[in-house]
Amino acid sequence: MKRRIRTARSAAKHPVAPPRRGNPVRTEAAAPPLVTRKEISVQVNGVAQTAEVEVRMTLVDFIREHLRLTGTHVGCEHGVCGACTILLDGAPVRSCLMFAVQAAGEEIMTVEALGTPDRLHPIQEAFRDHHGLQCGFCTPGFLMTTLAFLRERPSPTVDEIREALAGHLCRCTGYQGIVEAVSDAATRLRTGTRERGSAGTRQ
Amino acid sequence: MKPAPFQYAAPESVEETMALLQAHGTEGKLLAGGQSLVPLLNMRLARPSVIIDLNRVSALDYIREENGEIAIGAMTRQRTAERSPVVARRLPLLADALPLVGHLQIRTRGTVGGSIAHADPSAELPAVLAALDGSVVVRGPGGTRRLAASEFFVSYLTTALGADELLLEVRFPAHEQQGSAFLEVARRHGDYALVGVGAVVTMAGNVCTQARLAFTGVGPVPVRIPDAEAVVTGKMVTDGVLAELGKLVTQLIDPTGDIHASAEYRKDVAGVLARRAIRAAAERAKTRQTGTQDRGNAGTR
Repeated sequence: MKRRIRTARSAAKHPVAPPRRGNPVRTEAAAPPLVTRKEISVQVNGVAQTAEVEVRMTLVDFIREHLRLTGTHVGCEHGVCGACTILLDGAPVRSCLMFAVQAAGEEIMTVEALGTPDRLHPIQEAFRDHHGLQCGFCTPGFLMTTLAFLRERPSPTVDEIREALAGHLCRCTGYQGIVEAVSDAATRLRTGTRERGSAGTRQ
Repeated sequence: MKPAPFQYAAPESVEETMALLQAHGTEGKLLAGGQSLVPLLNMRLARPSVIIDLNRVSALDYIREENGEIAIGAMTRQRTAERSPVVARRLPLLADALPLVGHLQIRTRGTVGGSIAHADPSAELPAVLAALDGSVVVRGPGGTRRLAASEFFVSYLTTALGADELLLEVRFPAHEQQGSAFLEVARRHGDYALVGVGAVVTMAGNVCTQARLAFTGVGPVPVRIPDAEAVVTGKMVTDGVLAELGKLVTQLIDPTGDIHASAEYRKDVAGVLARRAIRAAAERAKTRQTGTQDRGNAGTR
């Protein structure tokens, strides 16, 4: 009742616009039910996963605690550090700023799908070769962003690399090694080499 | 930390969303891209008992050209708008500002409508809307209404949006005939602006016939300074005029200081950015005029 009174008042202040694009102004639709748990199906690293989750479970907790894929790290839990970055339908997102239920029907890629200890992905090799990591906590996030970034910009400038990585924090390296690693990874991916790129990426 | 328990619904249409708002609007919270709301939930700074997740309302994801305006559906991702050829061609000010909104990973999820409805006083998109004299379309139980940017932004994180209302779309006037520029100073790329400014100018030859400036980060809502805009209007954009503009902006703007930057620093930066933004916008407007002429002369396109 209260709500209607307030609406009437605001309607007087801002006259109701005529219905747009022929949509009826009042369409009655049933409100979907509220839930606290939900069953979801997601593709994770190419494998279909189905689970019932609490709606408040963040995607990163689902990935780590339910799927036991602990390569994705939980850092700040408010979207600042970038450690939890994964690819959602190929685009980098913070998995701490999504709920698992929101990923239903989507495709997720985590660092586990990148390379294996025996056969590292060229991006991982470049990070290793250029000292792009020390403790490694932030690294999975950097790697996932780098993967998506280099798909879009196969020959980035150093400035573009720095901008692309701005959403990640690393407290060990001072970033210089990471920027060099990404630059070199671009060369390796372009030329298909798995060794250190020859295109003098060091400044 | 983890979010406090809540009840959740993911409507698939505007009508279902309206029904949910009618039933739970006062205790509920709309979830758009979640890049501001989910941190608040994770830190338990916000504890709504009902979350209405708009991410399945695909009808709110569009970019349409309508009568000299570009209507962007509220759930259009910032990244989608950033890559839109329509935005690049017809909304150059928005195209300038979008890459400054958060980081790549934030823009993948963050939405145009979410940023406008959240109304963070340091956000870029509200300033863009204010600089362009844009508007929003809002749906409530009584129907839809349209509000100008100046009516919509009320105070810090506060808009004219009622608890039972839904932001449907954001309407930006096309301004490809004008010159524009969005500049900001932030501590690192992607952080909220300490000060940002959007500038739009109309040029007739070398004379500026209209100038609009909207600042972010220096007040509770996007800040327009009509007296500063008047300094440039009707004049050639010379170093002298720009110096006068910068001085006046620094004098009239009234920011508050915080741990990131003092009020004095913000005042100073606002003056400098205003000068640079108007200069860049005027140059772009002139290039556009010349470009149009060239194309006209060539007459082959």
